[in-house]
Amino acid sequence: MTPTGNTMRKFSERSTRSTFSLRKLKDFVLELILLAIILALAAGAPGFASWDNAMNILRNASMTGVIAFGMTFVIISGEIDISVGSEVAFFGCLLAVITQDLGELGWPLGVAILLGVIVCFATAIVIGIITGWIRHTLNVPTFITTLAWMAALRGGAYLLTNSFPVTPYPDWFFFFGSGFIAGIPFQAVVFLIVFAATWFLSKYTVLGRSIYAIGGNAESARLSGIKVRKVRMIVMAMISVFAVMSGIMVSSQIQAGNPTVGAGLEFTVISACVIGGVSLMGGKGRIWGTFVGVLFLEVILNGMTLLNIDEYWQYVARAVLILGAVLIYQVQAIGKRG
Amino acid sequence: MGPVKLEIRNLTKAYPGILALRDFSAVFHGGKVYALLGKNGSGKSTFVKCLSGAVVPTSGQILLDGRPVSFRTPVDAAQEGFAVVYQELSLILDFTVAENILLGRYVMTGPGGRTIDWRKTNRQAAEILESLKIDIPVTTRVADLSVGQRQVIEIAKAMAQNPRVLFLDEPTSALARHEIESLMDVVRTSRDQGVVVIFITHKLSEIRGIADYVTVLRDNTHVGTVPISEATPKMVVHMMFGETALQSRPADLPVRDEVRLKVCGLTRANKYENIDFEVHAGEILGIAGMLGAGRSELLRGIFGADPIDAGHIVINGETVTRPSIQTMKRLGLGMTMENRKDEGLIQIMSIQDNLCMAGIDAVGRGGFISNARQAPVTRRWIERLQIRAPDPMMEVQSLSGGNQQKVVVGSWLNTDPSVMFFDEPTRGIDIQAKQQIFQIMWELSRKGLSVVFVSSELEELLEVCHRIIIMESGRFIDEVRDPENTTIDQLYALCMAEAAR
Repeated sequence: MTPTGNTMRKFSERSTRSTFSLRKLKDFVLELILLAIILALAAGAPGFASWDNAMNILRNASMTGVIAFGMTFVIISGEIDISVGSEVAFFGCLLAVITQDLGELGWPLGVAILLGVIVCFATAIVIGIITGWIRHTLNVPTFITTLAWMAALRGGAYLLTNSFPVTPYPDWFFFFGSGFIAGIPFQAVVFLIVFAATWFLSKYTVLGRSIYAIGGNAESARLSGIKVRKVRMIVMAMISVFAVMSGIMVSSQIQAGNPTVGAGLEFTVISACVIGGVSLMGGKGRIWGTFVGVLFLEVILNGMTLLNIDEYWQYVARAVLILGAVLIYQVQAIGKRG
Repeated sequence: MGPVKLEIRNLTKAYPGILALRDFSAVFHGGKVYALLGKNGSGKSTFVKCLSGAVVPTSGQILLDGRPVSFRTPVDAAQEGFAVVYQELSLILDFTVAENILLGRYVMTGPGGRTIDWRKTNRQAAEILESLKIDIPVTTRVADLSVGQRQVIEIAKAMAQNPRVLFLDEPTSALARHEIESLMDVVRTSRDQGVVVIFITHKLSEIRGIADYVTVLRDNTHVGTVPISEATPKMVVHMMFGETALQSRPADLPVRDEVRLKVCGLTRANKYENIDFEVHAGEILGIAGMLGAGRSELLRGIFGADPIDAGHIVINGETVTRPSIQTMKRLGLGMTMENRKDEGLIQIMSIQDNLCMAGIDAVGRGGFISNARQAPVTRRWIERLQIRAPDPMMEVQSLSGGNQQKVVVGSWLNTDPSVMFFDEPTRGIDIQAKQQIFQIMWELSRKGLSVVFVSSELEELLEVCHRIIIMESGRFIDEVRDPENTTIDQLYALCMAEAAR
């Protein structure tokens, strides 16, 4: 039995009408749940609803958050980068070692740090370009290349530091980890700036649209004249640059280059993207979603600390979040299709 | 008469809005090979789908040796003795020949029959190959076989189920000449086992040595089955096309003197060789030829989608020796791909994003883009190309084939091209949408653009083009300068000429 055109039309009219307002709400399920949790914590957790705590959350969110925005583009373009945790450690150590060595040679520390930062960013860009090039030209999945980077850079961090934290920094350097600009933590400022910049990139630039296009169908994108190789290299370089930024802020916060930091960070970052609705199939996802995903993880962790819940419960909470969010998106997708 | 008798009575398959198969009646005898002919969209594939359980017919009867049979799934159909060998190979490359032939039907052993007895399985597979006179060791990995050998194994796999009716869907389309011969031997052996063999093909020349009868479909029904000895090419073509009234191109589309695109000595190894041609401003040039003649490959080479080995291109006065898509786009060339779904569109993106894809730099400014810039462009093309899209933010995959094609065309028109290539733009779209695509091409011609149009539908080329080039095995073999005064039979004969020789 096939329904006649008439009954089909009636059906679709009915479904549009009755769910119009609901549909608007449905697109914000995650935001609403986050809001509910924030309200609940504000009511139940001592010290949650304060300016200082809010800033604290934003500061803590920045280490994963900055990278998560880069990861959003990586995943949208159909790739993955699991080396970011090692990159954070490696670049933190590289900067500390350069600062220490040049300092011992009598260089002013400010100049040494500046030079170290430049070297870190340049190295990061090269690493990203290599990964993108290998992906495009030799068709090696980025999972494999970045798995190799993950091992190599973690090893590099230990080798650079002889596995001990390196502490060459002057006091003013700690600004990048614990300073404030107009009452807002420096890290939170960076987080918000990167959020705004990547949001703009995703929505208002040809590069942003090209990233979506390549993730949606790389062959169609190529045949439309989009420079697929270039875009892939840019995307992989961009996330490495964000990893350097995160690495500098972490070094500043712990006042050292430490080869053990950032272990497992890549999966926290990917979790934030997935919770925010970025599709691992590529082509779909929003920077805003990742922003919400990052905050979600951080708010839960913060709330659990304030409520004196054993911190290991955060892993269970994360599991519930990831699965719950994905189930919501899946149900929504099926609803749209039907 | 042969041992099996397949009778089809008034078989009909209706989809909402169209009759894909209409009152098909015919009798097929075992031990004979029937060549099933018909142009694209004539109902051939629906007929095969009905008899293989892929779709359930709306009405009609299928009788095997006088006994009515019906099935709802391919598994049911296989049990009733209907087997199909599809064009796309279904073999698992990393498995051996024996594993593939007996996939899911291995000889079992051990307690409760849960362990595969490889020795017996291999022996059984070897017996099947032997009965078909196929000389391939059953323990060879399929990945190590040639395409022709794989096709032969595919037939053996179908024959392993002891079918009574065997369908072969263009089994030779990917094969070299010497491979075709050994495939035909296997088809003959299968036929001699008393099976009804129905052989679907486009190549008239090929059926001479193998078919006993020619069965022709037109307008979604059976127009006749004739013994091969009586079937002249002229008669077959006439049966396939009928009395077609051709539409004609509007009179106000003059070809101008200015040469827009000139191709000199273009060569790609094993694809096309030493191709020379020119397209003038306002001209619509058609390229005709059989599947695999190298038409799409040639256009893709000029467009920069695939590399070329030799030759050069002059477009709008600029000479290009190493075309890339970016360069050709900048110089004014646009192309809609043969495979709209996978090469033309990004299915999960919106209609608007797809319409602004090829011309994304032109729609945006200085690398920036926004909805405010995209929306008016989208509205303009939806209106001008009459794209039936309720909401430009919907995913493009929600559109019908014809409307999707118009989105691809619109996307390229944003780049402001002076030469447009259309590779099979009408494949899988309805008649009304086809007419609209033709209107678009005429409109471009009227504005002085050059159009190159590749189509497997010969009557389309006659309707639309100023001039038609005929391509065969990577070379231009003939040219029709006055499509108005050419009949479809004549054009078909020209396309077949080389193959028949």
